[in-house]
Amino acid sequence: MLNVIWLLLLAMGIIVAALNGNIEVVTSAALDAAQGAVAVCFDLIGVMALWLGIMKIAEKGGLIRVIAWVMRPLMVRLFPTVPPRHPAMGAIILNLSANMLGLGNAATPFGMKAMQELQQLNPDPEQASTAMCTFLALNTSCITLIPATIIGVRLSFGSANPTEIVGPCIFATSLAMIIAVSLDYWLRTYSRWGR
Amino acid sequence: MFLQILETVSRWAIPFLLLTVPIYGFIKKVPVYESFVEGAQEGFTTAIKIIPFLVGMMVSISVFRASGAMEYLTQILSPVTNYLGAPAEVLPLAIMRPLSGSGVLGMATELMRVYGPDSLIGRIASTMQGTTDTTFFVLTVYFGAVGIKKFRYAVVTGLTADITGFIASVYICNLLFK
Repeated sequence: MLNVIWLLLLAMGIIVAALNGNIEVVTSAALDAAQGAVAVCFDLIGVMALWLGIMKIAEKGGLIRVIAWVMRPLMVRLFPTVPPRHPAMGAIILNLSANMLGLGNAATPFGMKAMQELQQLNPDPEQASTAMCTFLALNTSCITLIPATIIGVRLSFGSANPTEIVGPCIFATSLAMIIAVSLDYWLRTYSRWGR
Repeated sequence: MFLQILETVSRWAIPFLLLTVPIYGFIKKVPVYESFVEGAQEGFTTAIKIIPFLVGMMVSISVFRASGAMEYLTQILSPVTNYLGAPAEVLPLAIMRPLSGSGVLGMATELMRVYGPDSLIGRIASTMQGTTDTTFFVLTVYFGAVGIKKFRYAVVTGLTADITGFIASVYICNLLFK
């Protein structure tokens, strides 16, 4: 699936550029993007180190287990293949909480930590487990209670009411979450992908 | 009122965590500094590990976008979005949204500069920005961090969430603001 999407994006881009007679944009776009990707990762190093450092303290003190225990009734239903006391549960909860608060740079490290914990339960390390798919469905459709960046942009262009979009956001994102989680449940239970 | 509470929470969340977690660890007799460094080490290696995945993904997305292929896709899809009541201007945003976070923020900013943040276009753009996620970035980074190569149906659920978010944003903005 991903192989096809990746190849399609690349090939269609190059073909369109060639037909339009500006093939040189392909070279500059590809090289700039490659450098840009490394820059993104370098920016991530600092925040990743900071948050996983803090998380390690919380983990050793048993705080992650406490958080996981509190959320257990919901989590065991969403993640039936993960043992309720597993550290992955705590990391997933931290990631989703950070997402909800709009703390993007804290959410990513927690999310990767969750993936590493889930990977330890994964029978096939090359292939995503069902728990990973559920986690990512939740993650990509997660509610942001404060879309801070976009409120800032609206403010800077003189919006009369920059926060008026928060209500619509919560409506749209709730719907997206319900659909994503239901689809994930259906796929993992009934489709051939679920096996 | 509700918004003010939320804004206060998001402003205080990080300082609060940075204070309470180490104090909690100290009380629980955790060697706080050593544990921090140990965790930070993991963060460092993870960030380095995702570089190849991100290079691959960002190169193909960037070529697709710079070549003008995206404009063609927008034209092909425009009958569908007209039917949904979405202004043609927001369609590139919907297509870019799963692919590139910074690209889409730039496009949303441009739309608000041209049409104003309180126009229907500006409001739909804002709502979409707060609703959907850069699915491909998230999948690349998260799966890359653990070396997963087969994503199974995660792409399908992620994109379905984005499409739902887009349609719901257009619907609610038409309902409330038109």
